[in-house]
Amino acid sequence: MSSALETLINRPYEYGFVTDIESDALPKGLNEDVIRLISSKKNEPDWLLEFRLNAYRHWLTLTPPEWANVAHPKVDFQDMVYYSAPKPRKKLASMDEVDPELLRTFEKLGVPMSERKALANVAVDVIFDSVSVTTTYKDKLAEVGVIFCSFSEAVKQHPELVKKYLGSVVPTGDNFYAALNSAVFTDGSFCYIPKGCRCPMDLSTYFRINNGESGQFERTLIVAEEGSYVSYLEGCTAPRFDTNQLHAAVVELVALDHAEIKYSTVQNWYAGDENGVGGIYNFVTKRGLCQGVNSKISWTQVETGSAITWKYPSCVLIGDNSIGEFYSVALTNHHQQADTGTKMIHIGKNTRSRIVSKGISAGQSNNSYRGLVKVSAKADDARNYSQCDSMLIGATCGANTFPYIEVHNSTAKVEHEASTSRIGEDQMFYFASRGIGAEEAVSMIINGFCKEVFNHLPMEFAVEATQLLGLKLEGSVG
Amino acid sequence: MISSSSKVILEVRNLSASVAGVDILKGINLTVRAGEVHAIMGPNGSGKSTLSKVLAGHPSYTVTGGDVMFQGKNLLELPPEERAHAGVFLAFQYPIEIPGVSNSAFLRLAYNTLQARRGGEDLDPLEFNDYIREKSKIVEMDPSFLDRNVNEGFSGGEKKRNEILQMAVLDPTLAILDETDSGLDIDALRIVANGVNKLMTTNNAVIMVTHYQRLLNYIAPDFVHVMRGGQIIKTGDKALALELETRGYDWVHA
Ligand SMILES: Nc1ncnc2c1ncn2[C@@H]1O[C@H](COP(=O)(O)OP(=O)(O)OP(=O)(O)O)[C@@H](O)[C@H]1O
Ligand SMILES: [Mg+2]
Repeated sequence: MSSALETLINRPYEYGFVTDIESDALPKGLNEDVIRLISSKKNEPDWLLEFRLNAYRHWLTLTPPEWANVAHPKVDFQDMVYYSAPKPRKKLASMDEVDPELLRTFEKLGVPMSERKALANVAVDVIFDSVSVTTTYKDKLAEVGVIFCSFSEAVKQHPELVKKYLGSVVPTGDNFYAALNSAVFTDGSFCYIPKGCRCPMDLSTYFRINNGESGQFERTLIVAEEGSYVSYLEGCTAPRFDTNQLHAAVVELVALDHAEIKYSTVQNWYAGDENGVGGIYNFVTKRGLCQGVNSKISWTQVETGSAITWKYPSCVLIGDNSIGEFYSVALTNHHQQADTGTKMIHIGKNTRSRIVSKGISAGQSNNSYRGLVKVSAKADDARNYSQCDSMLIGATCGANTFPYIEVHNSTAKVEHEASTSRIGEDQMFYFASRGIGAEEAVSMIINGFCKEVFNHLPMEFAVEATQLLGLKLEGSVG
Repeated sequence: MISSSSKVILEVRNLSASVAGVDILKGINLTVRAGEVHAIMGPNGSGKSTLSKVLAGHPSYTVTGGDVMFQGKNLLELPPEERAHAGVFLAFQYPIEIPGVSNSAFLRLAYNTLQARRGGEDLDPLEFNDYIREKSKIVEMDPSFLDRNVNEGFSGGEKKRNEILQMAVLDPTLAILDETDSGLDIDALRIVANGVNKLMTTNNAVIMVTHYQRLLNYIAPDFVHVMRGGQIIKTGDKALALELETRGYDWVHA
C-alpha cells in the first residue's frame, strides 16, 4: 500500500514542456540602462520610467528578507533576464493572429483562449513570459464600462487611472521583491470596474513562464469603484527547468465604498523535481485596500506549485465595516517550501476579518503558515477569526504556524484556532478495509480537509483545484 | 450446528505473522464454513486482533508462513481493498476517526466501489440516502450520525455501532468482529447483536473476537476457540465459553 501511495503523490508535472517560439529578450543583468530599455521598448511615459527608477534606487538599499522559514541559495539578480517577449509576427488585431504555437501551448494548458471555446463565460488575459498575449471578451466588457486589459495597454489607454492607483496599495519601497517588481515589471493585468457595476463575467489572467532564464515580474491592479463587484481568477504554470526561476509579482486591489473584490488563485508553477532540483521561487506581494465603507476583499488561494512560496495576500481594512477574508490551501511535496499566510490590518471601525488556512505537507517538504492580525487604536469593535489547520502526510515533512497578533484597542475580539493532523497508515487501512483504494482515500481526506476553502472558489476553479490536489498527492503515506 | 458439508469460506493453514520484527502469530489453523459463527477468546495480547488484521491485510504485519484461502482465492496475495471487494470485512477493535469526511459520503464511496466490482448499480447521493436510512434501522442508529464525520467525536459505543452499520452496508461474506461488544452499554449490546443476527445468512459467516460470554448469549457460536501465545490452543462449542467465564484461562492447555 505504501508504494501505491508513493506513486500517487509523485505523479509527474504535466505542464513542464517548453514552447519553441521566437522571443525578443534582453541580455541577462540589471542596471538603470536595462530599466530604461524596458521602459522604451514599451513606449512608456516619463512618469512611469521615474516610478521604475525610484523603485530601483530604493531596491539597491534593501536586502532580501530572511525571516521566512525557507532556505535557498542566494538569488543572483544579475544572472537573470528581465525582459522576454514572444516575437509577434505583426500587430495582432484578433485572436486568429496569435502565433499558433502559442495557441497550442494554451490549449495544452487547458486555458480557454479562443472565444468560441470560452463557454465558461470567463474573460481571459494571457501573460506569456513578460508580456500580455491576448485578452478575450474585451468588447463585451467595454459595453458595461469594465476595463480589462494588459497592464501595458492600460498605461497607454488609461494613464490617469494607472497613475492614480499604481503603488497606492503596495508602495515601491514596501519590501525587497515589491521594489524589484516596481523597477522591472513588464506586464500584467489591469481591471477597472465602474461605479455600481456587477462585472458580468469572471475575469481571469493566465500566467505562463516559458523562457528558462527569465524572471517573471508581473503587475496586477484591480480597482472596484463604489458599489461594484468583480470576481477575478489567476492561474499559473511554467515549464520544467533544472534551474530556479524567480517570479516576483505584485498585485494591488482597491475596493471603494460598498465594493467587493473576490480574488482567486490556483498556483501551479513548476515545483522542481523529486530531488528538489529546479522550480520557481514564488516571491509575491499581494495586498488589497478596503478603502471604502462596507467594502470587502476576499483572497482565495490554492498554492500547489513552486519550489518556494513566499506570499501573504493581505487586507488593509480602512473603511468602516469593511471585511477582509483569506482562504488558503497550500500543499507542499518533495522538497517544496512554503511560507504563506496573510495580514489583516484593522484600521476602520467595526471591521471584520476571517482567515482559514489549510496546509498540507508531504514528502520532505516544509509548510509554514504566517499570519498577522493587527487592530489599530481607532478600530473599535474589530473582529478577527483565524483557523489554521495543518495536515501531514508521512513522517518526513514539517508544518509550522506563526500567528502574530497585535491589538491596540480593547474592544477588539480576536480568535485563533489551530490543529495538526496526520494521514497515517491506520487511516489508509481503514479505507482499504472498506474497499477504498489509496488514491481515493487520500483525495477524500484532502477534499474534506480543504472543503471550507474550496467552497469559496468559483465552480470551475474548485473542480480544477480538487483534481490538482489529487494529482499532486498521488502516493504518499507510509 | 451447521452440517460439515456446507461450503468452506475461509481456510487458514499454519499461519504465522510478525510485526516490527516480533513473531506474534505462530501457526494458526482455522476453517470457517458458510453459515457458521466462530468465537475467538483468549487473554490480552494473545494475538486475536493481530489475526484479524492479518486476515484483512494490514500492511504493518508480515506474514512469515502458512496460507489463507478465501472462497478459493489466495487471500494473502490480495491488497486489503481487494480483500474487502472479495467479501472480507473487519469491524475494528479501535475504529479510526476520519475528520472532514462525512459518514454517509464515506459509506457511499465504499458501497459504490463494491457495487462496481460486483457489477451492480451505483447509487447517487439521494438514492443512497434512502438505502442507508433503511440500513441504519438494523442497528437502530440515529440518522444524524450519517452527517457527522466518520467516527469523529463518537463515543466508544457509537463507534462500534457504526462499524456494524458499515457491515450492514457492505454485506460481507466473512465478517470479523474484533471486540465489537466492548464499550457497548447493555441495551446497545442487545441491539447491535440482534443487528448482526439479522445480517447472518446461510451463505456468510462471522468470526467474533470477544472477552465475554454476554455477547454469546445473543449470538450463539458454533465454535469457540481459545487463543494464547499466537496459537489456537483449544476449540470447543458454546459450553467452552461458559466454562471460561467461570474458570478463566489458566486451566486451558493445548
Ligand atoms: N506494532 C506492534 N509492535 C510491537 N508489538 C505489537 C505490535 N502490534 C501488536 N503487538 C503485540 O502483539 C501482541 C498481540 O497483540 P493483539 O493486539 O493481537 O492482542 P489481542 O489478543 O487482540 O489482545 P486484546 O485482548 O488486549 O485486544 C501483543 O503483545 C502486542 O503488544
Ligand atoms: Mg485485540
